[in-house]
Amino acid sequence: MPEAYDPKDVSKDAIAPTGAGGAMDLAMSEAETLEKTPGGPLGTGPQEKARSLWTDAWQQLRRNPVFIISSLLIFFLVLISIWPQLIASGDPNSCQLADAHQSSGPGHPFGTDAQGCDVYTRTVYGARASISVGICATLGVAILGSIMGGLAGFFGGWWDGLLSRLADVFFAIPVVLGGLVFLSVVVSSTIWPVVGFMILLGWPQISRIARGAVITAKQNDYVQAARALGASNTRMLLRHVTPNAVAPVIVVATIALGTYIALEATLSYLGVGLRPPTVSWGIDISNASNYIRNYPHELLWPAGALSITVLAFIMLGDAVRDALDPKLR
Amino acid sequence: MLLEVRDLQVEFRTRDGVAKAVNGVTYEVDAGETLAVLGESGSGKSVTAQAIMGILDMPPGKITGGEILFQGKDLLKLKEDERRKVRGAEMAMIFQDALSSLNPVLSVGDQLAEMFIVHRGMSKKDAKLKAIELMDRVRIPAAKERVGQYPHQFSGGMRQRIMIAMALALEPALIIADEPTTALDVTVQAQVMDLLAELQRELNMGLILITHDLGVVADVADKIAVMYAGRIVERAPVHDIYKAPAHPYTKGLLESIPRLDQKGQELYAIKGLPPNLMAIPPGCAFNPRCPRAQDVCRTDVPPLAQVTEERQSACHFWKETLRDA
Amino acid sequence: MPELTKEAPRESSAPAGEPILEVRGLVKHFPLTQGILFKKQIGAVKAVDGVDFDLGAGETLGIVGESGCGKSTVAKLLVNLEQPTAGEIRYKGEDITKLSGRALKAVRRNIQMVFQDPYTSLNPRMTVGDIIGEPYEIHPEVAPKGSRRQKVQELLDVVGLNPEYINRYPHQFSGGQRQRIGIARGLALRPEIIVADEPVSALDVSVQAQVVNLLEKLQDEFGLAYVFIAHDLSIVRHISDRVGVMYLGRLVEIGSDQQIYDHPTHPYTQALLSAVPVPDPDARLHRERIILSGDVPSPANPPSGCRFRTRCWKAQERCELEVPELAVPAVFRLEGGPTAHPSACHFAEEKQVVPESDES
Repeated sequence: MPEAYDPKDVSKDAIAPTGAGGAMDLAMSEAETLEKTPGGPLGTGPQEKARSLWTDAWQQLRRNPVFIISSLLIFFLVLISIWPQLIASGDPNSCQLADAHQSSGPGHPFGTDAQGCDVYTRTVYGARASISVGICATLGVAILGSIMGGLAGFFGGWWDGLLSRLADVFFAIPVVLGGLVFLSVVVSSTIWPVVGFMILLGWPQISRIARGAVITAKQNDYVQAARALGASNTRMLLRHVTPNAVAPVIVVATIALGTYIALEATLSYLGVGLRPPTVSWGIDISNASNYIRNYPHELLWPAGALSITVLAFIMLGDAVRDALDPKLR
Repeated sequence: MLLEVRDLQVEFRTRDGVAKAVNGVTYEVDAGETLAVLGESGSGKSVTAQAIMGILDMPPGKITGGEILFQGKDLLKLKEDERRKVRGAEMAMIFQDALSSLNPVLSVGDQLAEMFIVHRGMSKKDAKLKAIELMDRVRIPAAKERVGQYPHQFSGGMRQRIMIAMALALEPALIIADEPTTALDVTVQAQVMDLLAELQRELNMGLILITHDLGVVADVADKIAVMYAGRIVERAPVHDIYKAPAHPYTKGLLESIPRLDQKGQELYAIKGLPPNLMAIPPGCAFNPRCPRAQDVCRTDVPPLAQVTEERQSACHFWKETLRDA
Repeated sequence: MPELTKEAPRESSAPAGEPILEVRGLVKHFPLTQGILFKKQIGAVKAVDGVDFDLGAGETLGIVGESGCGKSTVAKLLVNLEQPTAGEIRYKGEDITKLSGRALKAVRRNIQMVFQDPYTSLNPRMTVGDIIGEPYEIHPEVAPKGSRRQKVQELLDVVGLNPEYINRYPHQFSGGQRQRIGIARGLALRPEIIVADEPVSALDVSVQAQVVNLLEKLQDEFGLAYVFIAHDLSIVRHISDRVGVMYLGRLVEIGSDQQIYDHPTHPYTQALLSAVPVPDPDARLHRERIILSGDVPSPANPPSGCRFRTRCWKAQERCELEVPELAVPAVFRLEGGPTAHPSACHFAEEKQVVPESDES
């Protein structure tokens, strides 16, 4: 005979450990996960503050060593891009040809390059241009690409057809050839033409990923559920679709950041990127690559600085992505 | 005996710990016999089948004990290439999702013919004729015309027939069907189960039917093994179990099916949730959900007690359970 | 033979009392298009093609049918997730398919949905509190801001979950518990109608009964009317007051649970019922089963006349030419009794296919 129904009774049973449903769902069970969370279920009083994805993500990030290390690194890099004089006293453009190709020694801790410029000073001063180009191009590409891809994916139909074909057109332009044509007509000593060019050619990559992610997220029942409740398009896009589509965009964007710094180097090498007296890692890397056999240190320092920067951003992107996924907590 | 599984143990080692998916499973199937393995998700019913077939993902899976005697020889002691010869030719498997089990870029005829080319060394032409014959046998209309079609051009029921044809191609002695009709509609399910039962009789094969559907079991099985948290909790001939279950879990499953006379009343529901395989409760794994649980159930793992000659129950209180039924 | 019209008696198929939902001539066609930028319609999937039924207050109407019969599309139309191609859905006499903006939002509050898959119907990146509280954010007039959290905790308690779970995420719950969360979200706005699309079919057998019991308890407590869509015929029978059977976008038979299960007159209903495996091994010997041949035809190109004729053992020329109306067949109309319920078959006759239970 059926037992009397008692919701309280069920709720107690519900605390019992469970395999979380799935047949081979061998991930840690919910009960266990919670036991390990500080202030676990029993400490969660009804008076406790409401939590949301963003506050939880921040709590998670604050304790993540990967996030701490990467953000300290990025903070330091940004700091020296703004005030390079903090750690380098010389002038990156005061070079003595007589001092060319020196290995490290007093006065030149990293040695000198083919022009006799101090590698250390140039590496420090190069951060500004390289990091600005990288960050600005990545931000621009991510924002433009997400908006275009998001609109195409969310509204579909005509929007999708139009925006996707537009993206294809820009995808088809070869980067180097396009750079030679586009940048040789714009004469400017700032980084903006280069950044603009990168955004123009880079957005389709993010757009495609964002479109796919939005379509996947949109098909989930929870978006339908929100719609059935009467939620507006804006609400569905901001509350339901975006948080679930943002992860792949973050990953691709942070990896792309390194590519943009490297692309700046290529363009500079071809004479259409940044122009002297601007100092950038890209310019130095392409100059040093001619002497890699005899004077590898000239390449090592700017390239090392570039790698560390890229690594720091990738680590940051990884940490943010993980923090936004409650399943990984 | 065609197949004897003896005290099989399978673990999954994951980042978060060891999950004991199968904890000492023992069952046997004879030629021409149908054994239904009944259980919920996570009960270990599919993992046991994968271990028998030798298609368990290792790692993370690991067979830590027991033996699988097939026609007298222990499959776990065979080398991989000897094992491969058994697979397909001597025993075959039918999966739940026929669409993802068939290769979408090869025509069904090619996929069927491949079995004969690889295992029997037939010529392409003969193999194709064989493929048509097989499709006829599983009653696919217009087999000759459809042999060149691709899986997506067939309906769900037809695809499952093709899967059955593929499993039967080499006339194996044993078929393992893992939820073969779960994805199908009831009217199609009836067609497919009928076909499977008929071919089994014709070829005198052993059939292990893995399912969670008590109705399907009652329709086709000769005997049942009920699994819970990686263990067999009850084994019995099909009539005995439906008449009077000897384990509270089996009893709970049977009682939770809506019956006519219960209209308007609450359904019997097994309380609580299936256990986490990484933290199986000590003693009887079912004890936190069991209405009959006593102290002994929380400390001692119940052995498979002999209820009758062909029936066992892993409950400390099987006598009482049987009496109340 | 007397003319059969839509006004044919409906006593047995109509709910007791005033219906709160009346569906008339509901049609949904999904266009099939070709081309990337310039789309051209090349046909239509006739997912729902003329469905009529009523739902009474506090009543449960079960809708059964096989995949592709259009039952899920009916659910989506009822909660306005899809716009009907034609037909009316009248809520308390008002056609809601014509509403928009504020009026639509107000009606939506009263018709809520519970989804099939508890794994995809909850946003993995929202806490349980946010998920159940979302209805209040969309309809802020229902609950003032300060009281929402407490309301969410009450709802958790009502569906049998610990109110302290409010800050957890969906993945920390099992399937059955998630379905309870989905039900709590559906209840938040205190609707009068809940459309449940296969609410238990993704759950483990031992958990299904818990959720069915919960749904019944909530119905008693809040006076809900359910449209319960499922393919599991025994669960539908258990929970429903009336049952409608769908095939290829149409209702083929509708009546009380007893009329449909014990006195089916449409051959498709008979085949469907007889195909359900009975959990009784003794039944396999003396049970008569109707095994249909072939598969369900494509809804993009349904057969003319009666849509079931291609699989029907009774089909004759008339079935090909004439679409059978969903009405009480003339043969049973005068006779009365449980066989006199709407059945869309030219050759309706009673056939008992479900074994009588010994207990009753």
